[in-house]
Amino acid sequence: MLNLLWLVLAFPLAGAVVLLAGARRFTHRTTAAVGVGATGLSLLVALGVLASYAGRHGEVVTQTLYRWIAAGDFSVEVAFRLDPLSAVMLFFVTFVGFLIHVYSTGYMHDEPPTAFARYFAYLNLFMFAMLTLVLGANLLVLFVGWEGVGLCSYLLIGFYFEKDWCAAAGKKAFVVNRIGDFGFLLAIFMAFKAFGTVDMAGLQAAMAADPAAAARWATPIALLLFVGAVGKSAQLPLYVWLPDAMAGPTPVSALIHAATMVTAGVYMVARTSFVYALSPTALLVVAVVGGLTAVFAATIGLAQNDIKKVLAYSTVSQLGYMFMGAGAGAFTAAIFHVFTHAFFKACLFLGSGSVIHACGGEQDMRKMGGLRHHMKATYWTFLVATLALAGIPVFAGFFSKDEILAKVFAAGAGNLHGYGKVYLVLWGLGVAGAFLTAFYMFRAVYMTFFGSFRGGPEAEHHLHESPGVMVWPLRILAAGSVVVGFVGIGFFGPRFNLFERFLHPVAPGVEVEGWHAGPALEVGLIALSVGVAVAGILLARRFYFGPDAGAIPARLATAWPRLYRTVANKYWVDEGYDAAIVRPTNRLAWWLWKGLDTVVIDGVLVSLAFFTEIAGDLLRFVQTGNVRNYALMVLGGAVAAAAWLLL
Amino acid sequence: MMAPSTVHFVILAALLFGIGAAGVLLRRSGIAILLGIELMLNAGNLALVAFARQHGSLDGQVFVFFVMAVAAAEVAVGLALLVAIFRKQQAIDVDRLAIMRW
Repeated sequence: MLNLLWLVLAFPLAGAVVLLAGARRFTHRTTAAVGVGATGLSLLVALGVLASYAGRHGEVVTQTLYRWIAAGDFSVEVAFRLDPLSAVMLFFVTFVGFLIHVYSTGYMHDEPPTAFARYFAYLNLFMFAMLTLVLGANLLVLFVGWEGVGLCSYLLIGFYFEKDWCAAAGKKAFVVNRIGDFGFLLAIFMAFKAFGTVDMAGLQAAMAADPAAAARWATPIALLLFVGAVGKSAQLPLYVWLPDAMAGPTPVSALIHAATMVTAGVYMVARTSFVYALSPTALLVVAVVGGLTAVFAATIGLAQNDIKKVLAYSTVSQLGYMFMGAGAGAFTAAIFHVFTHAFFKACLFLGSGSVIHACGGEQDMRKMGGLRHHMKATYWTFLVATLALAGIPVFAGFFSKDEILAKVFAAGAGNLHGYGKVYLVLWGLGVAGAFLTAFYMFRAVYMTFFGSFRGGPEAEHHLHESPGVMVWPLRILAAGSVVVGFVGIGFFGPRFNLFERFLHPVAPGVEVEGWHAGPALEVGLIALSVGVAVAGILLARRFYFGPDAGAIPARLATAWPRLYRTVANKYWVDEGYDAAIVRPTNRLAWWLWKGLDTVVIDGVLVSLAFFTEIAGDLLRFVQTGNVRNYALMVLGGAVAAAAWLLL
Repeated sequence: MMAPSTVHFVILAALLFGIGAAGVLLRRSGIAILLGIELMLNAGNLALVAFARQHGSLDGQVFVFFVMAVAAAEVAVGLALLVAIFRKQQAIDVDRLAIMRW
């Protein structure tokens, strides 16, 4: 079964090819059958592969398809690697991907057949690229997948490309991602230059064999890899593309911009954890960027009124948590949060899609309200996923987020690499972020599902629960948001943390030495994080529930108008980038066009042509048209040539 | 009487060549120009044969046959051109063809 690994990728690729070829002819039914079928088969094969892999503890299975590059003693194979880390990713990418494909058949049903087929072609292509990224056995194959998901993200964000702002959002995502990719590419070059290989296993072996070189190169390689991760996973300062990416269809936001692609950065850091483990500086940078992003994005989420924007900033914030965990050396905790986050955030996005679907495309929460009476299944699944995100016990997000906070606290208390104080501050930020998360998510829940409908009687008449193909994925993901946390219970010690034990062979993490939390402290930490989450929920209830819903926030906004406007306008970061980078770049490009290209380059060519013409104009007087004249010239030439030869 | 040596042949060839070249350069009639060209070609032929005799090799003589064949072809094309010119302007004065310049 294990040698069928390549089939997991082949099915979505085949689906994409078939759909692109037949986009003009296929009906909705054919498209749905091909698109969902390809992902479904991929899921089945993946489950089979995982089942036969389950017995092999921490073993690395590599499948080589063919040699891609061979130059001297450098060679790169197109090879896939199944180990505990990629197994986890493989599972949830195919599983969540399949559910979102099913959901999309309902959500996108009103699109014309050609657009419908195009949508599923891109979505299948994305699955292929994402699986390439996850399973790639060396950095180059991983990079191919990395670029592939970026391309599909661009295509799907700009899916409604007739609208200017959608096309612009796609372009923005692509350009910002390219900045990160540049760092990633440099990291690959550096790894090759320093160790002569880009293969994961080979790199790890080479670094183990030469500790001196490893110590010298670990920090720059790790930092450059992290630049790539910052772009792909929307961290400070490159997070700006993700909120705009919400211009794409909502299932795309769920699949690409919440569950899978944006977590690729975290996955890549965990994948190359053997590099990070050697570099305290890089770990610290990862943790600080993650921690700052977690809180920064959460504060922006407080003042957003677009339901998808709230979820987008929440995703940025949660990705920050993941990096904070990875930066504390707890790679398994970070991947655990990736894993649980995929379920509840996909559920939230799909739920918001269901809401938007019911409201006829309206995304503004101020024009919603009271929807729980109209769409029970959407309400309950959304609520479950929100509880999971808020970190309420027994729901999945609680276990993973708490694991991260506990590890960061341990890094602080145990003075990891001598940066203990920084890690303690980050832990504080994490706890504050947990409070904000609970608050803004319940703000969204109360504004959307409680109170009375504010969208006008016309829209209220149209409110309806979504069809079964949309509701069942929600139910399954909501169930997942409850149960998947139990595979990684850290509280009772490592024996019960199946997830960490499973991943430990490939991402052992950095142990904090000489410090262990006593049971009392652990209970205290958990109580604290649950406490702040509950406090956030209660505050949201006080603010946005009941007869005077929204009155207190409105009063606060009038009391501190400047603060409110700053947050509501996302700290003017986009405007700042626009002024500092985008417009100067545009001006430079304009100058290069009008100045350098038109005047200098075109000028050189035009004047060359001009002088050639002038020379021709003058020289043509030599041609008299008189035959005997020509004959004289020939004779003269012959005599001259003979004279030159003889004398 | 002295047998003619190579030098004599070469001098004769040079004279013929000079006469031919002068004819080409000085005469305006197309026919005369063709005649001049013919003279120049045959001057060349004479030199080739003379040197072939001196070296006792057949190469030069073989070459002469090629020149004759090419000359025949050249005359055919040249006369055809002259016929065309004559049809155009009822004369074969090549100077009047200068109207074809730029």
